[in-house]
Amino acid sequence: MDVEILSRIQFAFTIAFHYIYPVFSIGLGLFLVIVQLFWLKTRRPIYHNMARFWTRIFGLTFAVGVASGIVMEFEFGTNWATYSRFVGDVFGSPLAIEGLYAFFLESGFLAVLLFGWDKVGPYTHFFATLMVCLGSHFSAVWIVVANSWMQTPAGFVLAEKVKVTADGMHHPMTADLAAGTFSIQEIPLPADYVVQADQLDNVRAVITDFWGMVLNPSSIDRLTHVILGCWLAGAFLVISISAYYLLRRRHTEFAKTSLKIALVMGTTASLLQLWSADSTARGVADNQPIKLAAIEGLAESQTEAPLGLFGVVSWEKDAEGNITGINESSVKIKGLLSILVSGEFMDMTKAAETEVKGLYELPSDEFLLTRYPDATPEELAKIRPEYWPNVPVVFQTYHLMIACGMALIGLSVLGCVLWKAGYLFNVDKKWTRAFLWILVFSVFIPQIANQAGWFTAEMGRQPWVVYEILKTSEGLSKAVKAHQVLSSLIGFFLIYTLLFFVFLYTLNRKVKHGPRDDESIKVLPEKWQKIVKIEHGPTLDE
Amino acid sequence: MDLNTIWFILVGVLLTGYAMLDGFDLGVGALHLFVKKDEDRRMLLNAIGPVWDGNEVWLVTGGGALFAAFPEVYATAFSGFYDAFMLLLFSLIFRACAIEFRSKEPGRLWRSCWDGGFAVGSILAAFLIGVAMGNVTWGIPLDENHEFVGNFLGLLHPYALFLGVTTVALFMMHGNIYLIMKTEGALQEKLKRWVKITIPVYITCFLIFNVWTIFACPHIESVMHKRPVELGIVFVLAVLVVANIPREVHKGRYFLSFLSSCAGMGLLMLLFALSVYPNMIFSNPNPANSLNIYNGSSSEGTLQIMFWIALIGVPIVITYTSCVYYIFRGKVKLTEESY
Repeated sequence: MDVEILSRIQFAFTIAFHYIYPVFSIGLGLFLVIVQLFWLKTRRPIYHNMARFWTRIFGLTFAVGVASGIVMEFEFGTNWATYSRFVGDVFGSPLAIEGLYAFFLESGFLAVLLFGWDKVGPYTHFFATLMVCLGSHFSAVWIVVANSWMQTPAGFVLAEKVKVTADGMHHPMTADLAAGTFSIQEIPLPADYVVQADQLDNVRAVITDFWGMVLNPSSIDRLTHVILGCWLAGAFLVISISAYYLLRRRHTEFAKTSLKIALVMGTTASLLQLWSADSTARGVADNQPIKLAAIEGLAESQTEAPLGLFGVVSWEKDAEGNITGINESSVKIKGLLSILVSGEFMDMTKAAETEVKGLYELPSDEFLLTRYPDATPEELAKIRPEYWPNVPVVFQTYHLMIACGMALIGLSVLGCVLWKAGYLFNVDKKWTRAFLWILVFSVFIPQIANQAGWFTAEMGRQPWVVYEILKTSEGLSKAVKAHQVLSSLIGFFLIYTLLFFVFLYTLNRKVKHGPRDDESIKVLPEKWQKIVKIEHGPTLDE
Repeated sequence: MDLNTIWFILVGVLLTGYAMLDGFDLGVGALHLFVKKDEDRRMLLNAIGPVWDGNEVWLVTGGGALFAAFPEVYATAFSGFYDAFMLLLFSLIFRACAIEFRSKEPGRLWRSCWDGGFAVGSILAAFLIGVAMGNVTWGIPLDENHEFVGNFLGLLHPYALFLGVTTVALFMMHGNIYLIMKTEGALQEKLKRWVKITIPVYITCFLIFNVWTIFACPHIESVMHKRPVELGIVFVLAVLVVANIPREVHKGRYFLSFLSSCAGMGLLMLLFALSVYPNMIFSNPNPANSLNIYNGSSSEGTLQIMFWIALIGVPIVITYTSCVYYIFRGKVKLTEESY
């Protein structure tokens, strides 16, 4: 295998592994804030009990998240040095801001959250929880901003770097001016400039509008989508563990209260996610039509374009194995994609007339002609599939994500209905038990959805690393050889596998151990008792 | 002073912050296996427990700042030192997990495995950071596009390896002093005996390293002729501050000796900065291909925006980091929440 595919596998693997943990800690962080608010407001020991137990779970997800996250920051430099040189001016800032404004906030106050129970007062402790939660959300903000810029680049120009000598003469960057003094200038290139691989050493993206970069066309949509995904992951972790306790008839009061709060959080997030998904998809339709065509497996441009529910998409290849088209067979709803893309839900028939471009017309001839000025229409048709993402995979990951999203809405709404109807906690009923067992395993659904969504977004952008500007294959490190990436990939694989099992084992032990039902009374430090006058509400034993 | 120089200083401040703070964490890790009793090992872990995570953020933010302000340097260093950085990442991951998981289970095998991971991860991380610094001082082969054209084994020359050893010695001394500050009783007595080894070892390494640099790095020798006064003052200050460490320990003023150790690190970094400025990665054998703060930087616009962002962010970070250290001041106590 070559450096490109190995580096891509390594990046995908390390980020997919990392992406398991922050989503938990972002969601759980919000849950902790809510629980602590309840505790401060009602002073009921059960909320304090909950805050302590869920903080321990939070600490575990946070630790693995930090350990695996440090890799991501440096992988741009190690494996994608050419990319880093090319975009550093734009892409480096969100990463640096993340470090300065998010990581420090999280990790500083994390100490108080985890170890500060008997060192600070309850309000300071709550403030620390709030800051950790805020910090982890900021972290998501800046990472998604950086990634969104790669999806829909904005706020920059391409510029050529030149050496300028005192007499105003321009020299190429590689010119040897010996001991002569010179300054380096960036000369903006024309808007229609096409990046050539051999020019990458002295052409780069230069920021012109910081907020234009931050608020690029896809930032807000994608950020909302990712954050809601995190809330779902956190909520369903709590739902899962609480349902387990209910089934085991352990810590019942604790589990009921946790489950109720998490269900409200999960229902809210899953319904908001429906709205966010629609908005995100419409953004993709506007900004990355190839990705939209790929995730729906749409071959021909058409009005009344159908929305696929599930099915199979495969490549159509010629005798030499070159991709010539796609075969698609799926269960679909006619016209719905057009309606969704148009966003005109009031006038369905008119909305259905909206044309959605298919892969056979994407990327457009004009775009391809900027790369291959002399190509004939037949040649363009042959080149076109090189600019498609891996349609069969993207189609499946996208539909997996949608299916998970629907399942989450169903489960959380049904959970709320059962709760209000008074059935949810009736563990003697057989079908309540069945439903609770489904909830126990539901923790995997948001995780699968998040991972599938991430793969859809990232693979759907291929072959570009910066959409329609820089190809992934052009962004590699020139100094790194395949065997180096292979050995580090094996290293990551071994360490992460070990880490994953240790995480599961420790999480399982913590869940089995459960909350210490008396900790809110006995462990409550003297200092707290002085500051917060505890009204002894109904305790667990009563 | 131009923006490029300001950013050179800012990145330097972040990395110095990392060395001072995570330096003692790594040092504690390196000393970990020398204490034998389980309870003592837990004391060591919990001495850094609330702060090690925040300390590591200095490295992450330093890396981010390097990416934003000097993308060429970031790209060249990280792709050039690929294998070394991967090893560094592995050891940092292992170390973080060892701290988190060690005390979760009482089993002896479980604990000794993580103890090993913590110690080896810490020593290896400190060593690799030193080797990387050594290579930057010594120079690495770059082509005219600033791409690294050497190989991994070429990075392991005696000078760089020796700086790796020096760094381990420095962090062990630093961690030792930090631990004396955070412990009491028999454990503290033991740690006090150790400084009789860790301090002299570091001072010896420090002196050898300085002499070696003067004789073996011609480009630094030429800088010495250019900035003799500055370098001279900083060097003398560094020697005085380092010599002050055993003095303060002897008088029982551990916090002051810890501060001296921090100041020693700061001065060492300043010495390093003064000897390379304005270069960031020196190209050896062809100095014309060196990366400096001008040909390796971001555009003026980015440097400017990031400057304002840092100007607002850094004081806030320093404020609440100090608050966290204040909250966790005093001797370590093992409690419910401890590792």
